[in-house]
Amino acid sequence: MILDSLEIDRAAFEAGTGWQLKPEGACKGDVCIPLRPAPGARVNVSDVARQMGLPLVEDKPHGLWALGPESIGGRALTTAEAPELVLPDLDGNAFRLSSLRGQKVLVYAWAPY
Amino acid sequence: MWQALRNEYHPLGFELVTVGLDALGAEGCRAFIEAARPAHPSLIDQHHVLAELFGVINIPQSIWIDERGMIVRPAETAPAPPGPPRERAIQPDMPLPPRFMEIMGEAMKIPNDSASYHEALRDWVHNGAASRYAMSPEQVIARSRPRDEPIARGHAHFELATELERRGDHAAAIQHFRQAHRLVPDSWTFRRQAWSLERGMEGALARFWQGPPSDDPESWPYEGDWLTDIRKTGAENYNERFNP
Repeated sequence: MILDSLEIDRAAFEAGTGWQLKPEGACKGDVCIPLRPAPGARVNVSDVARQMGLPLVEDKPHGLWALGPESIGGRALTTAEAPELVLPDLDGNAFRLSSLRGQKVLVYAWAPY
Repeated sequence: MWQALRNEYHPLGFELVTVGLDALGAEGCRAFIEAARPAHPSLIDQHHVLAELFGVINIPQSIWIDERGMIVRPAETAPAPPGPPRERAIQPDMPLPPRFMEIMGEAMKIPNDSASYHEALRDWVHNGAASRYAMSPEQVIARSRPRDEPIARGHAHFELATELERRGDHAAAIQHFRQAHRLVPDSWTFRRQAWSLERGMEGALARFWQGPPSDDPESWPYEGDWLTDIRKTGAENYNERFNP
C-alpha cells in the first residue's frame, strides 16, 4: 500500500494490507503474528512492518512509502482464503470480489500490452 | 471466446471476473473492454494488486475461487478456450516492421495447454469440491509463487512505480520499475508493463513494441526487452505448463 505518513488509522492499515489487527496480533486467515505493543486506533507503520517482516520502501523526493506484502510463509499466499479484492470498473465504480460468494469465480488477469 | 464460455457456465453458478493490469488505468484498457462489451464484472487494476495478493506474474493467468471464498487453484496460465484462431484485435494499417515479425515468430512458439486447462475448468464447474482439479488449502499455498523478502520488496518498488506513473513522474517511476525487475526477475508483467510505457514506435501497436526505438536505441532505460528476454528464457518456458 502507498503511504504519505507512517502513522495511519487502524482501518486503513487493515484495508491496505489485508491483515486484521486483533488482541493476539496481526491476523490473516488462521495465521497470526504477535505484535508488541498491541496497536491502538493509530498504527505506527514502521514498527509494525518490522515485526511482521513487511518491506517498507521510501521514495524520499516524493515523500512516499510503499508497504509491501508479507513473506513469512515463503509463498505468495499465506492462506487459501481469498483476500478481499476491491477494484474499480471502467466507470470508476468499486466492485468487491466478496459480493460473488455463493458462486464459483474465475479471476482472469489480462493486459492491453 | 471467454465470454461464450462464461455464458455457458453462468447458469451453473459460475462467474468470470476479468481484471486489466495497467498503470495507465481505465484509459489503457478502455478500447478493449468497450469492444468486448462484457456481461461479467470487468475491473481495472492500476497497481497490479493481483501480483501482490495472488502471485500473478504473467498474463493471461487465472485464480479459481469456490463458493465459500476459498482459493482452489492459485495463479496459473489461463489459455483461451480451444476454438478457431481468433481475429487479431488490432489490424495494422501498414506493413509490420522487422521487429514485429520477430516478436510474432517468438510468440508463435509459446506452447498452448488450452485443451487440458479447459477440461479441468469444465470438470470443476460441474463437480465443485469433488473435482480432482480443486486443490486443498495446503496445496493452494504450496503451489502459489515463492516469495522471500527481496521479492516482497520488489512488489513495494513496483507499487511506487505505478503510483509515480499515475502522478506523471515517469522518470522517477522508471527507477522503481528497474528495482522491481531486479528483485522479481520471474515476473513478466512487471517487465512488460514498464516496457509498454516506452515509445518504440508510433501507432496502434506502440505498446507491443516493448524494446529500444530503432532510431535511438541508447535511450532505452531497461536491461532487457521483450524480444531479448524471451529468447534468453526460451519461448517454450514463457508459461508454465498446466499441472493438474
